[in-house]
This record gives sequence, C-alpha cells and structure tokens, in this order.
Amino acid sequence: MNSTERALGWLDDRLGVGKGRSLLDKIFPDHWSFLLGEIALYSFVVLVLTGVFLSLYFVPSTKEIIYHGAYAPLRGKLVSEAYASTLKLSFSVRGGMVIRQMHHWAADVFVGAIAIHMMRIFFTGGFRKPRELNWMVGITLLMLAIVNGFLGYSLPYDLVSGTGLRIAYSIILSIPLVGSYLAFFLFGGAFPGNGIIEPRMFILHVLVVPIIIAALIGAHLFMLVRQKHAQFPGKGRTEHNVVGSPLYPTFMAKTLGLFFIVTGVLWMLGGLVQINPIWQYGPYQPYKVTYAVQPDWYMGWLDGAMRIMPSWEFTGFGHTIPLEVLLPAVLFPGLTFTLFYVWPFVEAKVTGDRAVHNILDFPRYRPKRTALGAAGVAFYFTLFSASATDVLANFFQVSLNTVLWSFRFLAIAVPVLVGLVTYRICKELAAMPVTDEPKRSVILSRTEAGEYVMEEAGMRPGDAPDDLDPIAVPARIGASVEDASTGGAGLPTR
Amino acid sequence: MNRETGVQSDGDRIYEPDYVPGHASGDRPMPENRDEVPDSPLPLVALDDPHLMPAAKNVKHTERWIAFLIVLASLGFAGYGAVYWQGGQPQLEGLTLGIGLLSIGAALAAWGKYLLPRGPFVEERHDMRSSDTEREQMAAAVIDRGKLVMRRRGFLGKMLAGAAGILGVVIAFPVIRSLGPLPKLALDKTNWRKGSYLVTIHGRKIKEDDLEVGGIITVFPPGYEGNAMDQTVLLRASTSPFTTKAGRETWTPKGYVAYSKVCTHAGCPVGLYQEQTQQLLCPCHQSVFDVLDGAQPVFGPAPRPLPQLPLMIDSEGYLRAQQPYDQPVGPGFWERS
Repeated sequence: MNSTERALGWLDDRLGVGKGRSLLDKIFPDHWSFLLGEIALYSFVVLVLTGVFLSLYFVPSTKEIIYHGAYAPLRGKLVSEAYASTLKLSFSVRGGMVIRQMHHWAADVFVGAIAIHMMRIFFTGGFRKPRELNWMVGITLLMLAIVNGFLGYSLPYDLVSGTGLRIAYSIILSIPLVGSYLAFFLFGGAFPGNGIIEPRMFILHVLVVPIIIAALIGAHLFMLVRQKHAQFPGKGRTEHNVVGSPLYPTFMAKTLGLFFIVTGVLWMLGGLVQINPIWQYGPYQPYKVTYAVQPDWYMGWLDGAMRIMPSWEFTGFGHTIPLEVLLPAVLFPGLTFTLFYVWPFVEAKVTGDRAVHNILDFPRYRPKRTALGAAGVAFYFTLFSASATDVLANFFQVSLNTVLWSFRFLAIAVPVLVGLVTYRICKELAAMPVTDEPKRSVILSRTEAGEYVMEEAGMRPGDAPDDLDPIAVPARIGASVEDASTGGAGLPTR
Repeated sequence: MNRETGVQSDGDRIYEPDYVPGHASGDRPMPENRDEVPDSPLPLVALDDPHLMPAAKNVKHTERWIAFLIVLASLGFAGYGAVYWQGGQPQLEGLTLGIGLLSIGAALAAWGKYLLPRGPFVEERHDMRSSDTEREQMAAAVIDRGKLVMRRRGFLGKMLAGAAGILGVVIAFPVIRSLGPLPKLALDKTNWRKGSYLVTIHGRKIKEDDLEVGGIITVFPPGYEGNAMDQTVLLRASTSPFTTKAGRETWTPKGYVAYSKVCTHAGCPVGLYQEQTQQLLCPCHQSVFDVLDGAQPVFGPAPRPLPQLPLMIDSEGYLRAQQPYDQPVGPGFWERS
C-alpha cells in the first residue's frame, strides 16, 4: 500500500469517499464555448481574492478630511475618507494599484463573460428542459453581478461615480407611490443623505451580494453536475450520454490552466491598462459634474435608454409620474429581466416542445430563435452605444440633436435589420449540404509546372479522432489488457 | 497505541473497545451484513489503446513547449518578486506576474489538451425523472402527511397563518422603516428663504459687479454651501433686466438670472453653460435648457424647466433672493403636484 492508497483509505473509513469514484470519471464535453461560464467563475474567484485585499485598506465613509497623501495635485483638498483611502491603496500600498485595477477589470470581465455565456446558452437552446431552473439561476446571477458592479463602482465616491449614485437616487425617486420613501430610507434622507449610504453600499458589496452570488454559483454548479453538461451533436453522442474528457485528470488540468490564464490576463490588464483613474475625476461634490459621464459598460444600456427617452412626464390628480425616468430605468430593465426569466417557458409554449434536450441546437437550424436573439443583442448594443451620444457628437462633429434622433431611429431599425439578415443567413446555412466529416483546412500548393494542387490538411493536435468510438473512462490502466486484469494497481513505468 | 487494548502507550485511556479486538485493525474482513456492492467488472484499458494516446502529434515537441512555458512562468514569478523588492511599479508588476500566470496557465492547459488521453470518453446520462412509483410515493408522502398535520385542525392552521402574517408586517418596521427618515416636505423645500444672500461655495456674498456678462457661478444660501438641493447657477446674461417668462419681470436685476442647478431629469448638476446660444446643458443625459426662456428644456429627456430663483439687489449692492423657489427643485416624484 502506498501513501495515496492509505490516505484514501483513511478518508473512506470516515466519509466513504470510495463510493465517489464515478465523480472522477465525470465527462465534460469539449467545446470552446463551454469555457465562457468558467471564465465568469474564475473572474469571480479573482474578484473575491482581490476584493479581500482591497477591504484591508478601504474606509467606507463619506466623512470629509483634508487630503495629505501621495498624489500631489490633490493635497490640501477636502475629500471623503472613502476617496482618500482609495487613493492611498492605489499609490501608497505596494502592489495596490495593480490589485485595485485588476478588481475593476475582473468585474467588467465577470459581467461580460456572464452575458456572452448567456448568449451561448440562448442561441444553442441550452435553456430547454431540463435546464430551465439553471437558466433562471443564471439570469439572477447576471442581475446580481450588475448590481454589485454598480455598488463597487460607487464606493470610491469620486466625481463620476458620485454622479452615478445621484442618478440612481433619482431613479428610485421616480417609482410611483413609494419612490420618495424608498430613496429616503436607503440614503437616510434627501440626496446625498446623512452619509449612511456609503457603509450600506460597502456591506452590500463585500458581504451580502457576494454571499448570494456564491450560493447561487453553488446551485448553478450543483445542477450542472446533477444533470450533466449538454453537448453539441456529433459522432457517438446521443440524448442519453455525454462524450468528452473526464474530470480527473484531463478536465482538471485544462480548467486549472484556464484559471491561471484568466488570472494572468486580468493581472496584466490591472498592471498595464489604466481603468477608473479616480484621481483625475476628483472627489465627489454634489454641485460639481464633469463632461462624458459614463458608467461602467454593463450599465451602458440603461444610460443609453435614459438618454434617448423622450421627455414624457405625467402630471395630474395632484401627482407626478416621471415616465422619462421610470420607463427607461425601472420598467424597461424590469421587463428585460422578466422576459429573460420566462423565455424557456414562452418558447416551450410557442413550439409545443416539452421534451428533454441534452443535445444542443446549432443556431442555424433554429432561424426564428436565432433571429430574435440576434435582434435582441443588437437592440441592447444600440442602447449601449447611445450612452455615448455626447462623445459621438463631439467626435464626428455633428449636433447632439442629430445623434440623439439617429439613435432613436437606430434603436428600432438596427434590431429589425439584424433580425431579418440573421434569419436569412440561418436559412442559407441550413440549406447547405451536411456531411458527418468535420471540416478540415486544405493546403493549396503550386507545382513547378504552374499547376495548382489542393490537398486536405491532416488532423490538427486537439482534434478528436473521428475514427474512434467513445469508450467509458477506464478505471484501471495496464501495459496490456492482461496486465490490467491481473489487478496491478498503479501505472506501469514506461 | 496498543491495538489490543485501545490504550495509548503512555497510559492515557482513550477508549475501551467494545468489539472484537482483531477487527480494530485496518485489514479486518468486511462485516457480513454490510451492503455489498457486487464486484462489477471495471473497464480495463491497455496503455497502448488509441483512446489513451496523447492528442499531440509530436509529443516531444509539445513537451519542450511546456517546459519552455514553465521556465518562462518561473522567470515571471521571480521577476515580480524583484520588482516588488525594488519598490514596485504597476506596469512592471503587471507584466512580470502576468507573464508568469499566463505561462503557467498555458502550460497546464496544454498538458491537459495535448499530453493527456485524447479520448473520446463517454458516460451514460441518467434520467432526471424518477419512476412512476417513486413519484407517487413522494407525492403521497407530502400530501398525506400534510393532511395529517392539518386534519381537524384547520382553525389552528389559520391562527398560525395569522400570526405569521402579523410577524411579516411588524418585521417590516425594523428592516425597512428604521432605515431612514420619512420624506415629509424635504423634497418640496430648499433652504432658500426670502432675502437669502447668494454666497459662493466659500461663503462669500455675491455683489452686483462680481460677474461679467457671460459669467457663471454656483451659489448657495448662507450656511448651506455645497448643499445638493440648494445649489443654484447664477448667470449674467446681459447688463439690464430681461424677461424670462411673463410675470418674472423683476427677477433678473442687472441681467442676473438664477436657476436651480439640479437637473429636472435625473438630478445631475446642470454644469455646462454655452454663452453664444444662452443654453445650460446637463452632461449626464444631455438635457438642454434655454436661459433666456425661463430655462425651458429645448432638447433631451428633461421634462420641466429648471425652477428660477427670483433675485434682487439690496441697497448695499448684494444679490439676494426675493422669494424662495416657487416649486420643488430636481427630478419628478410621486408627491410632486
């Protein structure tokens, strides 16, 4: 008995780990698009690790102090403790700047990876039975990621994020009946309130929301393991099996590699690409504002919607309903996420398809869904672009009026156009002849006589060998079958 | 420790074994009554099976690449240590540790992708759906036992629901009502009073000659410098009074005009002033207000003009408010009439 066997035996006596061997054989299908969720997961890990580091230095307080720190241009200015401590951890804590910027980048990548992961699920029909619940957990995660991103972005209390907070307050205020009460309860009074919002945002950002996110990620992965990963159609793949690489060791090596790659990219971004230089914006003062006030990218669609919304305000019966804010900033996102939540059920109702699906769709064979999804993506992307109306007007030297009306038009035209074109492309692609052979690149060469010769390139490393039928993960591996059957435990040496 | 007696050699009694001593040892036989898993034949695969071949075409080549990546990673890590030791520098820190992490990640991923068995491997799925019997039993257990709880105790159940309802209501008070004050009239009123001086952020009173035509400054009532609700833009649009709206003829002495600086759309400070067109612009969502026309919004999502503060110049030449704002400032809300 070697030490590994002894350790496993010790654990098995107490926890029965031997019964869990099949977990090691768990198959993860291989496809690049299945990495998107993992990128989100590892960004979250990076967020937690870097966030803990930041929390060791950050002071969640709007109390104003005179700045005496390392950043000379602001010395002697009145700034909040939150702002001063953010400057301190950026300039005076060794490694702090990289980690703070990495945290911000990781947040942007986190939401981005979730959004693209969600698109993958949508376009391949991965939300269908039996995965509707996991789809809904995923939507909740997207929502929480956006909320926590906004909270974290607001914490340093710089001029740009403070203005964002002011807008958030006005959005809450716009809710009929309860808006002013909600806003006052959250902020401890009329904006900017009595300063209580800062520690409240802090505890939400570092404890409450992350715990919910972590718990939901747990549920997300539990359901993934229980239902096993969906797979694309292919040789030997059916609704009742899953073909790919085993958890131990192949998937583990690859996913650990991905973890380090994600961490490495984020660390590099943190060190090399400046993000949110709050010392350039200055500390927040409620009466100050700056040009080109834009939130982080994942809030852009809401900002854009607020910009292109006409100025419709309802007044009557002694009350005001600020539709110009309520509609784009409360009802619109509410409707968006409701639609996301119910989509699997709506689609099942429309198509009448209530079967279990473990094989994913190729988007081209579902032209209607694909066209609708593409139109949706185009719509939100247009709104996102509309959050830069002022910058675009300046850049192209056209009037703000032209840019605004263009976006009002584009927000309708672009989705329709993208939807129609996508539908057409899907139909064309689906009509093309299909072979079971995977696509191979060809090598085109010219002979000395000037003749062109085309030959198929060989298999590239990483291509699954198409001549092999999938087999179960071997529990025992021997030099030969006979050797394995004699019960040799370990791998023979080469 | 002595296996026979369960007594540690130093004499400390840990436990008294109450079963056959021989079975305490690790190599004891399986107890008879234990649920025995039949020895299912494990899949046996020979090392030369094509499924176990690495995916790499040229294994030696791949191994060399991975070795190179690991060396690069070590250099990156060491480089980061050196940069840190020298006092740190964000770009170099990012480059060194970034290269280290990326290389180690690439090495691991390549190891998994190219050197480990190429497969493909397969695993059967099990239906999520249980058998009909299992489903019936589950439903029966939930429903029948539930009935057992409530049988002939419907009234108790209603009482319980009532108590829970009361708890639900009262618990809302500490978790919601305690959070902050009631709005009352806080949104309707500012700290501007009849006769308030116009002061700068530093508390300096504004005099009639302080601004040139085209000049702009943010003012507050004395004692509320920097206040988010009271912030007001003071502009000088001309040298003589002008009329922004009928009935406001006396509000602009010597061409001075004052508007609330809180945008009526989403509350950002309306901070940009273009003298040529006499427009105020909010940089958040690009609402544009016409200074000469009572700050009427001419563009963008703002629904209402910025409230105008009636001005006067007192006998000493100081600018003061004739009256407070005649309406709530800032964005709309339900109670605004």
